[in-house]
Amino acid sequence: MELGLVELSRLQFAITAIYHFLFVPLTLGLAMLLAIMESVYVMTDEEIWRDMTKFWGKLFAINFAMGVATGITMEFQFGTNWAYYSHFVGDIFGVPLALEGLMAFFLESSFVGLFLFGWDRMSKTGHLCATWLMAIGTNLSALWILIANGWMQNPVGAYFNAETMRMELRSFQEIFFNDVAQSKFVHTISAGYVTGAVFMLSISSYYLLKNTNLQIARRSIIIASSFGLLATLSVAVLGDESGYTAAHNQKMKLAAIEGMWETKPAPAALTLFAIPNEEKQINEYEVEVPYVLGLIATRSINKEVLGIKELVKISQSRIINGLKQYKILKRLRSNKSPNKQQDKNYLSANYQDIGYALLLKKYRSDIENATMQEIAKAAQDTAPKVVPLFFSFRIMLACGFALIAIFALAFYHMNIKHNFSKTWLLKLCLFALPLPWIAAELGWFIAEYGRQPWIIEGILPTFLGVSSISKTHVLSSLIGFIIFYTILLIFDIYFMARYIKIGPEKLLRHHY
Amino acid sequence: MLEFLDYEILRLTWWALLGVLLIAFAVTDGFDLGVAMLLPFLGRSDNERRVLINSITPFWEGNQVWLILAAGAIFAAWPHIYAVSFSALYYIIMLMLISLILRPVAFEYRSKINHPAWRTIWDWLIFSYGFSATFLFGVAVGNIIQGLSFSFNEFMVISYNHDFFSMFNEFSLLCGSLSVMMFLTHGACYLTVKTNRKILIRARRVLAFSPFLLMSIFAIGALFVQFLPCYKVISSAGIYSDSNPLSKIVTVGIGCLEDNFEQYNWMWIAPAIVFILQIFIPLLTILFFFKTAFIFSTISIAGIITTVGFAMFPIILPSKLDPKSSLTVWDASSSELTLFIMLIAVAIFMPLIVVYTSFIHKVMRGKITENDIKKNSKSLY
Repeated sequence: MELGLVELSRLQFAITAIYHFLFVPLTLGLAMLLAIMESVYVMTDEEIWRDMTKFWGKLFAINFAMGVATGITMEFQFGTNWAYYSHFVGDIFGVPLALEGLMAFFLESSFVGLFLFGWDRMSKTGHLCATWLMAIGTNLSALWILIANGWMQNPVGAYFNAETMRMELRSFQEIFFNDVAQSKFVHTISAGYVTGAVFMLSISSYYLLKNTNLQIARRSIIIASSFGLLATLSVAVLGDESGYTAAHNQKMKLAAIEGMWETKPAPAALTLFAIPNEEKQINEYEVEVPYVLGLIATRSINKEVLGIKELVKISQSRIINGLKQYKILKRLRSNKSPNKQQDKNYLSANYQDIGYALLLKKYRSDIENATMQEIAKAAQDTAPKVVPLFFSFRIMLACGFALIAIFALAFYHMNIKHNFSKTWLLKLCLFALPLPWIAAELGWFIAEYGRQPWIIEGILPTFLGVSSISKTHVLSSLIGFIIFYTILLIFDIYFMARYIKIGPEKLLRHHY
Repeated sequence: MLEFLDYEILRLTWWALLGVLLIAFAVTDGFDLGVAMLLPFLGRSDNERRVLINSITPFWEGNQVWLILAAGAIFAAWPHIYAVSFSALYYIIMLMLISLILRPVAFEYRSKINHPAWRTIWDWLIFSYGFSATFLFGVAVGNIIQGLSFSFNEFMVISYNHDFFSMFNEFSLLCGSLSVMMFLTHGACYLTVKTNRKILIRARRVLAFSPFLLMSIFAIGALFVQFLPCYKVISSAGIYSDSNPLSKIVTVGIGCLEDNFEQYNWMWIAPAIVFILQIFIPLLTILFFFKTAFIFSTISIAGIITTVGFAMFPIILPSKLDPKSSLTVWDASSSELTLFIMLIAVAIFMPLIVVYTSFIHKVMRGKITENDIKKNSKSLY
């Protein structure tokens, strides 16, 4: 496949976002764990808890720096590479981004300075407050970003203004209480907590295996496995909630994840495993569990779940309807309207399918003359590729269930039985380290790739959202980012590993 | 209760807030970028350099958020401006990004290996990010004053006429240098407050000449604009209508960037204050009024940025490719509801931010010395 401007822009966004999200979940999780550990220190007055906070805080600082560094790119990239998108939805999408800066990022970035350098300048409680404010800041930050992303998945509370040629805000409450955003938020921060907990669990297991830093490692494991167990369960429950909301708002995404070519009669069966065949539009070697999908998606046993083929047909009729609306828009925008006000009023009530008509822009610029064949092709485009989504989802799920099992085992043996010498368990915990990252990145992949071909579900096709700059621009920045980020990532991992190897006791010059 | 906040007032308020956010970024992040630029010159040993670095490390992260917030607020309140400026200045923004990405890791990584070569490399990288971010910030503003190459079609799709090298013309280089002098002076003022002895003396030496350079460049810039193209809105849809940049007529003239000042004489306060205050900075630092000097520098930075805003009003982003696509206060804003909600949020959270930022500065107050570095060698950067 030749990479055009659209593919390069998408690739750049994907890569910079994937890099960014290597650091974000760890920041989310560790910030909470630091606040918890320091609270224990303030309550019990045992120095070891302060030192634990300081040690995990050092690793946190290395990670936080990378999170901030890669985060700036995200904030700027909508403007540099997605200019039409920014114009088209800035009135709505910009609001949560700006609020994130005002309410959240300011809080965490200001108090991280006090957390790292304020130990000797503040009272114990004062410093604890700073740590909590930093942790609250990181969580609020996730809240606003997921409200922004939730709106891309389910664009509520907005209307189309033909005069300004963009979506405009109708109700801030609807955007804030968007059920997609809320379930995504809790799902994502729980995934962050899991990441932080696995990080602590895994490194502490390493110390126990090496027989060093035992006091700190044991305490860290106790905190990590109880916190982690709760968080993994919450991820699973809220993941289920996300599935339920997707069944309402993003039927196509759900169908693609499930590899559901045909509409299944109620109650739909869940496909446990299969090899989807994109060309023939069938699944091979299918293993199904009856009833389960129907229960998850509709919370009932009598509602059916629509399949891809049927959804494509619905898209086709929306494209045809959208073309009618588009024709009105076009004559209004090119000042050929016989009655401007009438056209404007018509469009403010009938814009919902314009986005579907715009899908045709991929095939021709004068889309009002599109042939039935082109309309059928555009309708087919509304189905994302099944194979990547189908397998990503199942791998994510497998990681999730593996983590629930690991945390349950760790909790049982170490928190309840106080047995810290089970080598197999410690090794299991050590090698679980990459699992939360794999699950989190795949989760984002499913959310974003599953929404294709839309950048705003049903409203704006992704390929129209890009800045119409030259390919050279994007190619050069993309190569720049890959090289630059990779160098930084290598240093990041190197320093992390070095500090972990030195260990808390040597680092803080304190033996217990 | 809030009826006086009509669309016109909201747009004007958000135009002012755009200035406030840029000023807040320049006066907070300005001092740490200035210190970064001064690092290899004012610090001659590793310990001295660590003094410089640790004078800003507790604060720079919070400071940078003003830039992030400015970008976010422009996105929300001025979507056209955000979309056009970031994409039309593509390479400049990308280079600025690389500079800014280097910053958090530079402090973190420099301290982790105690080897002279490693630390020297990072010292110069810190200098480079400070210089390039500052310089590019000025170059971007210089280009915006002269007009960017963009136009809208009827569906508001933007086309560009990119020419990277012409972005570095005489005037934008001048603006870049002004920006460097601005932050250099500001950083040096900050160091007189935060350090003592050798570094303090060296910072004072910088301040013996940098304010004068700043004033000269600012004055040359004022002469320069007499020969620059400038843009005037002849007719428009009006200050209450929906934001449609294509519904107006704009003419291009030469040397009319000072017209606003002639029409509204009080606007001269903004440029005048720069000269009045800068001239006292060297004297103040000799007389040990370090904090006053820092405040003077802060106000004169505000003066410079305000001058640019006044000169261009009501235009925010002129287009030299297609003047009628230029973006103004009246046709590039978000909807009334968005501006209103954002204003409420700013009214609540901006004062809070100021309060806790001042609190943090109070906790971390006082000079940082070489002794502090030696005592806390492990925990400091």
